Amino acid sequence: MTNPETVPVTSQSSTEEIPLLKIRGLEVGFETQRGVVPAVRGIDLTLYQGQSLAIVGESGSGKSTTAQAVIGLLPGTGKVLGGSIEFEGNDLTKFSDAQFAEVRGSQIGYVPQDPMSNLNPVWSIGFQVEEAIKANGIAQGKEARQRTIEVLNEAGLSDASERLKQFPHQFSGGMRQRVLIGIGLSARPKLLIADEPTSALDVTVQRQILDHLQTLTRDYGTSVLFITHDLGLAAERAEQLVVMYKGKVVESGPSRTILEDPQHPYTQRLVAAAPSLASRRIQSIKSHKSSDNDIHIFGQGSLDDALIARAASRESGASKDLITVNNITKVYEIRKQGFRKDKLLAVNDISFGVKKGTTTALVGESGSGKSTVAKLILQLESLTSGTIEFDGVDLAGIKGEELLKFRRRVQPVFQDPYGSLDPQYSVGNTIAEPLLAHRLGTAKERFNRVSELLDQVSLPQATRHRYPGELSGGQRQRVAIARALALKPEVLILDEAVSALDVLVQGQVLNLLTELQSELDLTYLFITHDLAVVRLVADNVCVMQGGRIVEAATTDEVFENSSNPYTRELLDAIPGANIKLGS
Amino acid sequence: MLWYAGKRFLQMIPVFFGATFLIYFMVFAVPGDPIAALYGDRPPAPGVIELLRAEYNLDKPFIVQYLLYIGGLFQGDFGTTFSGRPVADVMAQAFPITARLAMLALAIEAFFGIIVGLIAGLRKGKLFDASALVISLLLISVPTFVVGFVLQLVFGIQLGWARTTVSGDAPWNELIMPAIVLASVSFAYIVRLTRASVADNLGADFVRTATAKGLSRRRVVTVHVLRNSLVPVVTYLGVDIGSLMVGAIVTEGIFNINGVGGTVYRAITLGEGPTVVSFVAVMVIIFVLANLLVDLLYAALDPRIRYAK
Repeated sequence: MTNPETVPVTSQSSTEEIPLLKIRGLEVGFETQRGVVPAVRGIDLTLYQGQSLAIVGESGSGKSTTAQAVIGLLPGTGKVLGGSIEFEGNDLTKFSDAQFAEVRGSQIGYVPQDPMSNLNPVWSIGFQVEEAIKANGIAQGKEARQRTIEVLNEAGLSDASERLKQFPHQFSGGMRQRVLIGIGLSARPKLLIADEPTSALDVTVQRQILDHLQTLTRDYGTSVLFITHDLGLAAERAEQLVVMYKGKVVESGPSRTILEDPQHPYTQRLVAAAPSLASRRIQSIKSHKSSDNDIHIFGQGSLDDALIARAASRESGASKDLITVNNITKVYEIRKQGFRKDKLLAVNDISFGVKKGTTTALVGESGSGKSTVAKLILQLESLTSGTIEFDGVDLAGIKGEELLKFRRRVQPVFQDPYGSLDPQYSVGNTIAEPLLAHRLGTAKERFNRVSELLDQVSLPQATRHRYPGELSGGQRQRVAIARALALKPEVLILDEAVSALDVLVQGQVLNLLTELQSELDLTYLFITHDLAVVRLVADNVCVMQGGRIVEAATTDEVFENSSNPYTRELLDAIPGANIKLGS
Repeated sequence: MLWYAGKRFLQMIPVFFGATFLIYFMVFAVPGDPIAALYGDRPPAPGVIELLRAEYNLDKPFIVQYLLYIGGLFQGDFGTTFSGRPVADVMAQAFPITARLAMLALAIEAFFGIIVGLIAGLRKGKLFDASALVISLLLISVPTFVVGFVLQLVFGIQLGWARTTVSGDAPWNELIMPAIVLASVSFAYIVRLTRASVADNLGADFVRTATAKGLSRRRVVTVHVLRNSLVPVVTYLGVDIGSLMVGAIVTEGIFNINGVGGTVYRAITLGEGPTVVSFVAVMVIIFVLANLLVDLLYAALDPRIRYAK
């Protein structure tokens, strides 16, 4: 590839035989003080020119490590220990740094996962795109500037020429991801590696970006290697699937075949747990009641059947509203240059009620005001107008003892299980902290309560002495839930409580939540951007857009015959929503 | 940006008045009669004392003294020392010397500190990194005067490369060795700061993306790693301008430099209110300006701060 003129002559006749990317027996490990820890343990993978392939697996499955090995960007102490990665017949594992620099960008493009951290905050967008164009010898000088604008326009930034001088923090996440896609495709590489390209984005934005990526790669004839944990997304966007588990390929083949007829038990679990496929799955499982025994994923029956059964029993027992929200509005003042101030209407005149013992979901994209509603109900922000009643009492102006009493009855669980636990506090202390703050019980009683709570969230007693840094994301979220339950609250406000978790873990935590709900007669306000999750747990849904509730109905109504165009858009945007599953 | 700079300038006013007032008060409150101290064991005639007291406003209440002093300051009159020399003269002699010393020290610590820190950060865990860490720890823990004496002994006396003391007008070349001594501690901090910052940024996602774009290693390091790593370093350097100007007393003492440090020290022991307060007032202004400079530089280096205001 250092001499492009000579290649095409032979490649014309050999495209059929030589795959673009051929991985054989690849082994990657990370060197630690206790020896080498394997991350990828002998995988095979083949990708032909113009094809798209997705590697699916949960975190820790080695899918990202595989992608990083292909582009020679293994982090830290990562090393290729064996096998080969042939790119157009050349073994990349034997490349020197200089040879790799030649291939990167120009032959193999890369679109990273998190648009927030993958652009250098101190350089302008234009600079960062132009740099890629110049480095790959596409154009220089004035021409490079022109090309930069073209690249960004193609990536879907229509006002690129005006925004070249702006910095990453002035762009939204979706816009940044477009910039990164533009950079990845700027030199028209033959292969594009997209590592979870949209997992940090809202569903509707995700859909737009993936549609766009698909159009671009089809137009340019670029092969795409997707890395994702979302089976629905993978099946929708890639022709071939490779399912990885603990560093090994457990199943591979055409997407549709795998989805409809998963062979390996792990793939079956993934298919069962993928919330994006939930709506279809419920039908298929219900109609295949007889074959239920084959699935046996979550002990008895399927998770969804259990969840739905619980939802039904809740609905029948529901009576009066525990939380009533009447015409609430929240206006934020945003300081602008100098003395000027802008008003931002975060929540615009909304009303809804939450019945005791039920789950109400607030759904919307980021910026829709759903989290602000949570803060308003929790009395963490003050209302601009309107009233919030809890158990028949207006919350306006309650303070002191009354406020503490309210806090005891309504507890939050937040999104980020990494950020919401104090790393210096052991799990036991974390869970006992609310009891201490409200001066409840003696030391011994608190100790016993922590044991009880650990049992309730299915964590082993030994977890008490461990620290958040030693726990997985799912375990941390269980700790956060245990902490919220410590005061025996009646209401849990779950603000994106499962959004940061892997699908399988997400399923487990949702299961735990619904179990606890029927056991302790809890009321949930479930705030999420993920409609697929809503379907599994919520009784009622309020869809929010731009600070307003655009639709409020029962979950079934929303999913089966929503008339609201925005709701339909959200539903369509669920990855895998258009895939027909089962027979 | 301009609004931001203006706001910071306005903030300097209360800082200036507060600092001068406090210092004036403290000099005033120091026990002992400055006139008596001036004459030592042979007190002059009571009439002379009265006369001197009147001349230096020492017979008036404290607040009047302060206001008279501030009033003079705004007319360009910094007062006179007890020996009759205008304070402005003393400042004109002392400040340029210290400023030269400080600038030289700043240049040395910035240049070598960033280079050593960058290499150490890029080769984290290797021999160069380990030695840089040990040497910087040594420089931080050994007192400045020890470093000064060692350099004097080795380069001044044994090798004879430089003079051990600096002549009255302190030319640049004679200031190099004192500047190295003055810079040593800050150099060590800058090495550590740069190293940590570089090592941190090397693992950043945007650096991986930059490499994935096909950029050469050299470009990734200079454009994406170094530039981002300089933000905390520049902050440190800015604050250091102030400390270098003010904190050179020990170094000036070792090398017998007639700079700010020595002059203020003598003035304090003599209880020369106007001299001490004038010098300190200028130092306060330098400190505040240096801080302003840091904030502006910070904004220039990091666009997120620039646009947040």
